[in-house]
Amino acid sequence: MVNWGNFISQCFNGLVLGALLALISSGLTIIYGTLGVLNLAHGAMFMLGGYAGWVGYTYTGSFVVAVFVGSLFVMIVGVVVERGIIRYFYSRPHEDQLLVTFGLGIVFVEAVRFFFGSLSKAVPPPPIFQGITPLGFMFYPTYRLALLGIVAVALLALYVVLYRTRIGMIVRAGIEDSVMVDSLGIDVYKIFMLVFGIGAMAAGFAGIVNAPVVSIAPDVGEAILVQTFVVVVIGGVGSFPGAILGGLIAGEIISITSMFNPGYAYVMLFVAMTLVLVLRPYGLLGTAGRE
Amino acid sequence: MSRTHKPGALSRRSLLQASAGIAGGTLLPQAFTLPAFAVGDHPAIGTYPAGSQGDTVNIAAAVPRTGTYAVQGEDELKGWQLAVEHINNGDPLLKKIAPKVTKGLLGKKVNLLAADSAAKPNQAVQEVQTFINQNKIILMTGSTSSAVAVALNKFAQREKVLYVTGISGSNDTTGKDCVRYGFRQNFYGETAANAIGPVLVKAYGKGKKAAFMTPDYTYGHTVTKSVNDYLTKNGGWTQVTNQVSPLGTQDFSQYLTNIANSGADVIVNVNWGRDAVLSVQQAKQFGLTPKMQMVIPYQIPFLAKEAGPELMEGVYAATDFWWTLEDKYPLAKMFVEAFDKKYGYKPEWGANNAYMSFAIWARMVSNAGSFYPPDVIKEYEKGEKFDSTVGEVYFRKEDHQLVRPVIIVRGKKPSAMKNKEDFWEVLEVVPGLPLMQKPDAFGCNLGDYT
Repeated sequence: MVNWGNFISQCFNGLVLGALLALISSGLTIIYGTLGVLNLAHGAMFMLGGYAGWVGYTYTGSFVVAVFVGSLFVMIVGVVVERGIIRYFYSRPHEDQLLVTFGLGIVFVEAVRFFFGSLSKAVPPPPIFQGITPLGFMFYPTYRLALLGIVAVALLALYVVLYRTRIGMIVRAGIEDSVMVDSLGIDVYKIFMLVFGIGAMAAGFAGIVNAPVVSIAPDVGEAILVQTFVVVVIGGVGSFPGAILGGLIAGEIISITSMFNPGYAYVMLFVAMTLVLVLRPYGLLGTAGRE
Repeated sequence: MSRTHKPGALSRRSLLQASAGIAGGTLLPQAFTLPAFAVGDHPAIGTYPAGSQGDTVNIAAAVPRTGTYAVQGEDELKGWQLAVEHINNGDPLLKKIAPKVTKGLLGKKVNLLAADSAAKPNQAVQEVQTFINQNKIILMTGSTSSAVAVALNKFAQREKVLYVTGISGSNDTTGKDCVRYGFRQNFYGETAANAIGPVLVKAYGKGKKAAFMTPDYTYGHTVTKSVNDYLTKNGGWTQVTNQVSPLGTQDFSQYLTNIANSGADVIVNVNWGRDAVLSVQQAKQFGLTPKMQMVIPYQIPFLAKEAGPELMEGVYAATDFWWTLEDKYPLAKMFVEAFDKKYGYKPEWGANNAYMSFAIWARMVSNAGSFYPPDVIKEYEKGEKFDSTVGEVYFRKEDHQLVRPVIIVRGKKPSAMKNKEDFWEVLEVVPGLPLMQKPDAFGCNLGDYT
């Protein structure tokens, strides 16, 4: 028998988890869509955001500073990595790109383990979001509610950049056909750098805003990377709205299945992915022809 | 008959080449394992005598240094390293456990090799296989996950190389998956349940409703079963929900929501490593604790340090060792001092377990006067009592489980902590034998010596 209070609560959990997955996946999907590089270091960048933010928090005691430090640091890392390494791999086979980003991910994780150790670090939520809020059907951690709003604002900002600015227009054009954009006289490599930076920043931002929910450790990005790939496949590779839809679907599948039997939560997620691959191989909101 | 060579058809030459290859391939492994030089009246077995013919003997640990159990794995590794150092310099502490050890073991220096298993059974087995092939190790250890312990148990029996478990809480390790070549020093699900059960019934009363949080592998399922069996039978408790999560879960919100709606009075949290840290922190975020009481039936090294003493205040836990036992046991005092001096913090139970398992092995080898595995096994099986960091202990010969006490602790109030590592108050040291099941109750069949 379905307990409706529990059902609504689980839908809510799904929404929070889904929003977070949407944010991380949007970074991954715009990078892949534009650059054609599947960034296996994306999970490690999520983790770096958490640690950079934690350092910011430790020195200032301010959560807002932590969020800025976390996001900016990972954006800078993204730009440096793109200029220093990734751009030499654009014309190389996909396997090389996978290997180099996979390797980068290992370097980031082990560097953090070397400097900070394996013991997990906690970043407390800002004082106004501490405690529990009664929602009628259940008590819910206030910060998780706030997180829903924070992620929504971040996704909105990303939407505005992608759909309401000239740069966003170029990026979207690049996702459809970067060769054509290049031949129209736009310096597509500068755009690539920018996209990689923004994509990395989305991961870093997600890493620090998630830190009060899941305390950070060097391996924190590993599990999230797998889920993020599933989201991108469900939503459609290169599709920003697809990442959001995919994220929410994944979050709800995991949470609602957990209500009946948590053991099947991830099984159901992969079943959903398989169904999408069979019925709509380009993802729910993807377009045929994108790589 | 046509002489044209059809693509895809076998030519006589390639058939010959292939058969030679197959024949060679099947012969080669035998050729490598053939040097069956007997030493005295001992035939060659496993890595004996090849592994113990030089000045140095190699032993190896496959221990998680990354992943969910990384923190506990590092601590274990430190315990093993200290034990090897003590074996090699004949430290007084080690000599209390293994009096016949001089400097080194039977005149040979002991060398410890280590590899990161990430708590994955396949990875651990592959690494140990490499150590056997390349370094002729004479002892293997490792596991912070019972899934690894069970895998290495079977591997040890197959390879005829001794294995002492690292941390392993599953009943299966010395139960249905026990082997002649494997030995466990630490406590496990059944003894934990029988030790903490009476404490819980006394503290919280009879007829309570319990929600279990269980990691989805052999350790989680056996510990949950043992604890639930005890509480149901002796306390009239009911299990209102059992939330099973995969190893490495980050977000416990779904599980905690189910518990919030289950009407439970007590949360029995069997999660381990980072899973335990996150589930404890998130249970607090959801306001489940302190409204519901949290119980940790199989304590996790560093949990209090990572989650913070505020979250552990008043929490009951069963454990293997806690450093304040130094007030009760002289060997514990020596161990805590030596460890703190070398590493700069108080050892957790994983480090103690690691140290003790090597020290006991050194005792058995030095008493047997031989590295020949069946001799060493028989030394363990004599069941002689000896002193340890938790008092007098001995091995049960039927299942190779150490008979040892279980320690019941309760989280201290932060204001009552005497120093920054004084997280737990030792309530009781429960003698081991009455806590254990009958040796064959979990289906243990040790197998052969050779």
